[in-house]
Amino acid sequence: MSEQTAVEAPVAARSRRTVRSRLHRVDSKASPYLYISPFFVLFGLFGLFPLGYTAWVALTDRTLLDPHASFVGLDNFSALIHDSYFWNAVENTLGIFLISTIPQLAFALFLAYLLNTKLRARTFFRMFVLLPQVTSLVAVALIFTQLFSHDYGLVNYVLGQFGIHAVNWEAGRFSSWIALSVMVTWRWAGYNALIYLAAMQGIPDELYEAAAIDGAKAWKQFRYVTVPLLRPTIIFTVIVSTIGGLQLFTEPYLFEPLKQGATGGSARQYQTVVMYLYEKAFAGTQFDFGYAAAIGWALVLLIAVISLVNFLIVRRIRSAES
Amino acid sequence: MRTFLKTPRRRATTLAAVLVALAVAAAAFAASTASGSRSDTVTLRVGLFGDFGYHDLYAKYEKSHPNIDIKEDIESYPDHHSNLAKHLAVGAGADDIESVEVGFIAQFKSQPNLFVNLKKLGANSLQKQWLGWKWQQSIAPNGAQIGLGTDVGSLAICYRKDLFKKAGLPTNRDAVSKLWPTWQAYMNVGKRFQKHAPKGVKFFDAGSNVFNAIIAQLNPAYYDSHGKVIVGSNAKVKAAWDVTMKGVQGKQTAGLAAFSNDWNTGYKKGTFATVTCPAWMMGYIQGQAPKTKGKWDIAAVPGGGGNWGGSFLTVPKQGSHTKEAYDLAKFLTSPASEAYIFKQTGNLPSQPKLLKSAAVLGFKNPFFSNAPVGKIFGASAMKLKPQVLGPHQGDIQTAVSNAIQRVEQHKQSPDKSWKQFLKDVKAVS
Repeated sequence: MSEQTAVEAPVAARSRRTVRSRLHRVDSKASPYLYISPFFVLFGLFGLFPLGYTAWVALTDRTLLDPHASFVGLDNFSALIHDSYFWNAVENTLGIFLISTIPQLAFALFLAYLLNTKLRARTFFRMFVLLPQVTSLVAVALIFTQLFSHDYGLVNYVLGQFGIHAVNWEAGRFSSWIALSVMVTWRWAGYNALIYLAAMQGIPDELYEAAAIDGAKAWKQFRYVTVPLLRPTIIFTVIVSTIGGLQLFTEPYLFEPLKQGATGGSARQYQTVVMYLYEKAFAGTQFDFGYAAAIGWALVLLIAVISLVNFLIVRRIRSAES
Repeated sequence: MRTFLKTPRRRATTLAAVLVALAVAAAAFAASTASGSRSDTVTLRVGLFGDFGYHDLYAKYEKSHPNIDIKEDIESYPDHHSNLAKHLAVGAGADDIESVEVGFIAQFKSQPNLFVNLKKLGANSLQKQWLGWKWQQSIAPNGAQIGLGTDVGSLAICYRKDLFKKAGLPTNRDAVSKLWPTWQAYMNVGKRFQKHAPKGVKFFDAGSNVFNAIIAQLNPAYYDSHGKVIVGSNAKVKAAWDVTMKGVQGKQTAGLAAFSNDWNTGYKKGTFATVTCPAWMMGYIQGQAPKTKGKWDIAAVPGGGGNWGGSFLTVPKQGSHTKEAYDLAKFLTSPASEAYIFKQTGNLPSQPKLLKSAAVLGFKNPFFSNAPVGKIFGASAMKLKPQVLGPHQGDIQTAVSNAIQRVEQHKQSPDKSWKQFLKDVKAVS
């Protein structure tokens, strides 16, 4: 007996040790993946899978109510290329994007510059510019829609005080774009300003001191020190704004007085690409899912192309500078 | 210093603990969702667009059915129907009772397998309650009955007496009715009105509302009896367009989009003198401009009877209490309930017995200068000839509203806008 136990004990100990060391190895190899998995699992479920499934739906002809899908290949895409309303929507989206993003980022940069100076109650102002961000998007859109209303809107009232004839903001193409751009700018300028501000605070004071010794005044310091050092941040904001701007939906959707069809005005003067997608998929009685999915993928391609173009433009300025 | 997660064993235990915690949380979540349906009371959700005037009726029903608890979801007209489509598509999320407007009923009944066939729950015995065509409108191609009729929207014209007086027109409702036997005559009255109208006041609110009313009087209108779209070839649709354009180009229109904020404000400020009034519009006007009480009156609609709007209560099959839901829908569309709602909101019953009853015929609406609304709407509802509806009725209506707005906003000539409208119709059908 005693002999046996004397033999068995180390065996058991050894096997316990090997189990533990194997566990240890599995643990050290596998756990990191487990720790990062929540993001990837969620992204796979709610990001990747819908993306792939939408690609499949885009190749079929199906409606929302009737799940029977018939495979039609690239028919939806070829129809899309000849669809003048789609190109109209692309044009509107790009137009609104341009007149909202460029002034907005310039304004945000200026705002960040001001917030970076020695203001009184600086923290208050820094928090204050973020307020539009925490406001509900729907509330913003509804209130601005009222401000820009033709008959009883505040904007037209103020213009009227200066003797300017009331503008039917919603009815005109360019005027509706301006109204929508104001909404977008109001909401996002403060957010971008804070991002710029954070980057500005990373710029060492010595650079400004050196510039000051060389005789650079505030504007030249801003132009030749601040802006060049902010370029990576500017690239980031340009790309994020591009993605957001090309997906514009809520503002124009709620801006529409005829709450039906999501056509973006009587002549589709401000129907964005996402609105057109919504019109096809949900807003009307067509529930044309295949076609809407094709619009969705066309939008993905559009955003990729335009982001790339933006990136190249902004980067080129940078390399020319350095 | 020993830090958290330093030793491998600790790490393994932590890992196990996290997994156990996750499992417990998942189990708790599953248990909490399951326990919702275990209780004795049954909660029935009713999905509506706008207020149907059901509140008092719910209370009454809950009193006689102590195990039933009723909850109401109200959304806007377009949101309600598109959300219903989404909920039906994914097989979850729909309310126990879902209202469907007549513009969407053809689309939804093309998928009868998503709804409970109410005939199987005994609705056949109720058939005689409703106008024949109302009962038919919600019958699916396979013969299933998917909805019980709520109201019908027979037509009249609501007009502002005070504004008519200022413009030198008669104000008595019979005299006003005689002014416009036809829509052409209505436009001529508009011309007269505009000559002496108070500044900033137009004869009618929106070209699209006039046009929709004329269309509501046609059969066939957009679809023929084989379900083919005939918008382009139906001369009567073009005639409706032409007469509407006469008013639009004569600057008799306020050019508003129906149901928009500016339109609502227009009611309050009195910027238009007439509006085409399906019976349900009475409730809308009272809700929007309560202070205009007594300034309104109601006259006959030009061109004879017609129906615009009206709804159905359906029971989606995905619900877990379809039998109870049907009983509630039956109660809400019962003659007693529909008569009660008519007095509350003005929504006209879809049931011939009620339309001929003293309760409806004798009813006068104090908001509209005590107009005998029961008589006006009831009589025109009995004369109604139903119209063939198609699945894309709603899209065609959106397209034509946009087309008329393009002219009202001076963006296109009537001819050009008409051509684009026909192109739009082709794209949606």
